Amino acid sequence: MTKYSAFGLLRGVFNGQSHWLPAWRDPEPKSNYDVIIIGGGGHGLATAYYLASVHGIRNVAVLEKSWIGGGNTGRNTTLVRSNYRQKPLHDFFEFGLKMWEHLSDELNYNVMFSPRGAMMLGHSDSDMTRLAERGDAMRVDSIDAELLTRDQVAKLEPQLDMSRDARFPIEGGLIQRRGGTARHDAVAWGYARGADRLGVDIIQKCEVTGFVRRGDAVIGVETTRGRIGAGRVAICVAGHSGHVAAMAGLKLPVESQTLQALVTEGVKPMINGVIMSQSLHCYISQSDKGGIVMGGDPDNWPSYAQRGQPMVTQGAIAQAIALVPALSRLRMLRTWGGVTDVSFDGSPIIGPTPVPGLFLNGGWCYGGFKATPASGWTYAHTLATGTPHALNAPFDLGRFARGDTIDENGVGPLPNHR
Amino acid sequence: MLLITCPHCGPRAQLEFVYERTVDSVVQPHTDPTEAMERLFTRANPRGLDDEIWRHTFGCRAWLVMTRHRTTHAIAAIRAAGPEALP
Repeated sequence: MTKYSAFGLLRGVFNGQSHWLPAWRDPEPKSNYDVIIIGGGGHGLATAYYLASVHGIRNVAVLEKSWIGGGNTGRNTTLVRSNYRQKPLHDFFEFGLKMWEHLSDELNYNVMFSPRGAMMLGHSDSDMTRLAERGDAMRVDSIDAELLTRDQVAKLEPQLDMSRDARFPIEGGLIQRRGGTARHDAVAWGYARGADRLGVDIIQKCEVTGFVRRGDAVIGVETTRGRIGAGRVAICVAGHSGHVAAMAGLKLPVESQTLQALVTEGVKPMINGVIMSQSLHCYISQSDKGGIVMGGDPDNWPSYAQRGQPMVTQGAIAQAIALVPALSRLRMLRTWGGVTDVSFDGSPIIGPTPVPGLFLNGGWCYGGFKATPASGWTYAHTLATGTPHALNAPFDLGRFARGDTIDENGVGPLPNHR
Repeated sequence: MLLITCPHCGPRAQLEFVYERTVDSVVQPHTDPTEAMERLFTRANPRGLDDEIWRHTFGCRAWLVMTRHRTTHAIAAIRAAGPEALP
């Protein structure tokens, strides 16, 4: 496998770019692996990569029912940040953010991480108090957060409606300057290429249809391409966590809902960073192609359909236009929906399950993309050692029974009420 | 958007309704703690049919139980919710 470099590009000038090889192989499944990862999204591929690169476990397969990166990895708004108030969350995401900063070098693949700043707006005194609180919580753990005045916000994003009679008057903000965006497909492809180079088999069009059991334990999977044995089996299927876990007789604390996003036609630069809000639920950024990418609330009712309700996107658009009136002049280019497994406290679940040999990484709700490197790193650690990494230990399956939920929004056991 | 036939008001747009939770996640006062925990914090979450509690919040405000397919969104049955409709 060739290393990508400027020299490689230059060489292509003379051979009509004909020397490029496929970035990963298309192997037939072997009869047995040390670890099988179900789900070839960013998280599954990152897990395989770190299993091979950090823990030296290279007899690994990633099984994907469709094509890699075709689920939620290709359906998010590509935001990367670690500005959570609660310690387990911001420690986890900050570890991930530090990995993002070096990911392109690590993978020899440009993931186009662009730390353009992630800003949350405050619309009232109480919003500003909550933002200050959040910022303080982050700063005591050495994560950058900066409280902004109204004028500072106006300077950063001149397109915002700063008038006093705006629908959502802006009082100030909280910025994490190291936050930003990345290229979603490149993350999946970069990890896939990296894992493949280290000997991981990436098997596409291979759907898991059941588990092979010996007593209680899972010792392999039944797939559309035959039975495959495994030392450990790792579920990493986002919205379909509940469906796959049910094959092993598990009932998970998640409910699958649609989360939508949309993008406008491309325009010249008008949004400099990522704009979010403490009180509203819409987030706005501009892609490198120029399209304005927006997202909002989940659809708030269970669905596996991968398509959402226009009324939900309409709500997000109305909020975005109230914040940035110029957006009303743009045409919507595309809208899409992904199936997200919304957990009951809004936080992910990474760790062992009650079934021996079976591990779970899911419950990413509406925020899995930014976690890709940290999720892969900690899940690989959990799979390799059998015990959770310090960073994902709080995110175990047993926390609901212990009453130890990590509930950033404080909503309790009703994922549709956030 | 779904067209939901409210047992009291007839066919109405989904916009008027709010999803609450699944029927099997309702906890009665006499439910024992282990079962209550299971009901509150886990869901069958099938790719097929499930019984869901919805409310005609922006209409007659009555509760109803909808049996709905989670992938096709086809509504198989709707009935009024009352003590006898819940487990």
